[in-house]
Amino acid sequence: MSLETSSALQRAAPRLMADAPVLTMAGMSRAYGAVQALRAVDVSVYPGEVLGIVGESGSGKSTLLRMMNLEDTPDNGDYRLRLPARADRNLFELDRYERRMLRARHIGIVYQNPHLGLLMHHSSSGNVAERLLVAGERSFEVLRSKARVALDASEFPLARMDARPIELSGGMQQRVQLAKAIALEPSLLLLDEPTTGLDVSVQALVLDTLKRLQRERRITMVLVSHDLGVIRTMADRVMVMRHGAVVEQGLADQVFQDPQHPYTQQLVHAKL
Amino acid sequence: MSLATLTKPWAATSYGFLDASAKRELRRKMLKAVAVPGCQMPYASREVPMARGWGTGGLQVTLTLANPGSVIKVIDQGADDGVNAASIRRFVSSVSGAAQTWDTLDASIIQSRHRIPEEILRENQVLVLQVPDPEPLRDVESNISIARQMHADADYGKLWLTLYEQIVRKGRIMQGASYPALVNGRHVITPSPIPRWDVPKLHMSKHLTILSAGREKRIFAVPPFTRVEPLVFSDRPYLVEDHAGLTCQRSGLSGFFMNELPMDGGGSRFEVSDSNLGIKAIRRTEGEPDGIGDTWYRNGEYSA
Repeated sequence: MSLETSSALQRAAPRLMADAPVLTMAGMSRAYGAVQALRAVDVSVYPGEVLGIVGESGSGKSTLLRMMNLEDTPDNGDYRLRLPARADRNLFELDRYERRMLRARHIGIVYQNPHLGLLMHHSSSGNVAERLLVAGERSFEVLRSKARVALDASEFPLARMDARPIELSGGMQQRVQLAKAIALEPSLLLLDEPTTGLDVSVQALVLDTLKRLQRERRITMVLVSHDLGVIRTMADRVMVMRHGAVVEQGLADQVFQDPQHPYTQQLVHAKL
Repeated sequence: MSLATLTKPWAATSYGFLDASAKRELRRKMLKAVAVPGCQMPYASREVPMARGWGTGGLQVTLTLANPGSVIKVIDQGADDGVNAASIRRFVSSVSGAAQTWDTLDASIIQSRHRIPEEILRENQVLVLQVPDPEPLRDVESNISIARQMHADADYGKLWLTLYEQIVRKGRIMQGASYPALVNGRHVITPSPIPRWDVPKLHMSKHLTILSAGREKRIFAVPPFTRVEPLVFSDRPYLVEDHAGLTCQRSGLSGFFMNELPMDGGGSRFEVSDSNLGIKAIRRTEGEPDGIGDTWYRNGEYSA
């Protein structure tokens, strides 16, 4: 069976998985009416790694990411983040306020649709500064310089740092989202189809930026995409989802070179 | 048997124009507002013989608080003799039996539009401010339901963001009147369209301030000895209007908030905005005792 094979592969833990996981989700289930979006999904994400989640539309990958960002609560499930100086508890038990502060300080997210992640009619630097303001920064000069550093790190042209996102191109909007997400050096960066809808050359540039950030800052990332090319470029480990369940997981190279589950085989062959 | 024998002879059941149940509701909402400083409490704004937007919210609070022992002062942009101020003062006095005054120190209830008097208010005085728009988040969040959630979460990031962007675009904070202020470290209020000059007067003040919006049906309060901190960045100090160096052309006062009167030829002259303070100062120049009390600002510097 494919699942046994993949757990056999995990037995000899690669370097990245030697530490205790940053993120642990266990038994995540969620039904929307008659639709079972998640069926007892377990996820672990280890410090400094990039976990890719692939799957077709409706496979539950975006639902899982929304849970990770505490935007939605599951019917069942336990979610823990290993954060410095924070009690280890199920994050779904937090109240609204604690959840919002945790999201602001420790979780960064880049949405496929920049309208979800950005205030389109405020300046780009302001979008980054807002995150810092929510976390309690009250010095204008510090806000300004931290916004500049974050925008620079996501390779946003600083000459346009006070332009409104609505005036910017799609690739630039994604860079603003990325700058906002990394401004507080989050423990976890969630990427929901970050390059879908961008043309191929811009997509390559944004992926370049992400790779460089990952290399330089060792940010733990969870990347959701239906594009196997993007996952192959970015991910250390891959999780394949279908009908709300994980059908296969393992190191990216192994899953792509030697897919075990029939669905994964189909997926990989369709791509190649 | 006639109807007259079955009924009691007519007598007023209430005074102060509003009926007893309306006043009871307002009292309860005022108590709630005092209990949670800065939190906006909805109330059923009654009809009063005045158009919405002319101070109906403030008037309802004043009518509820007034009794025959009260002394009422009403100011409009600092002046006691404006048509609106004079009408409200006469109306409250005629329906409640309260005495009228222009003197800040004599008044027990001060209803005001756009100004807080320059003389320091005492423990036994109540300041009633008329508020056109009670929601500080209106400009950043047009959906009132979401705005209420943002208040519940103390989510004022977007409000700070507008101040940040004002500095980015103009080099300084452009917000003039209605400067948002954090009350008791919890709720952000818009302190009605009072100038920035007046906002520090609310901080740890001895008097009770009640802010009431008649059209928007919201009441909120700043209880005595409560922190009121305007939103400012730690490295950009709060600046009040630059009126410290101006001198009133009529009374010779300086160091207070002034009204600018444009003159022919492009120049302008200034008159002290708190008109009763000006009257007292003129009395002083005529050699009479002036009766000016302690003021929040001295020589143009906030010092209370």
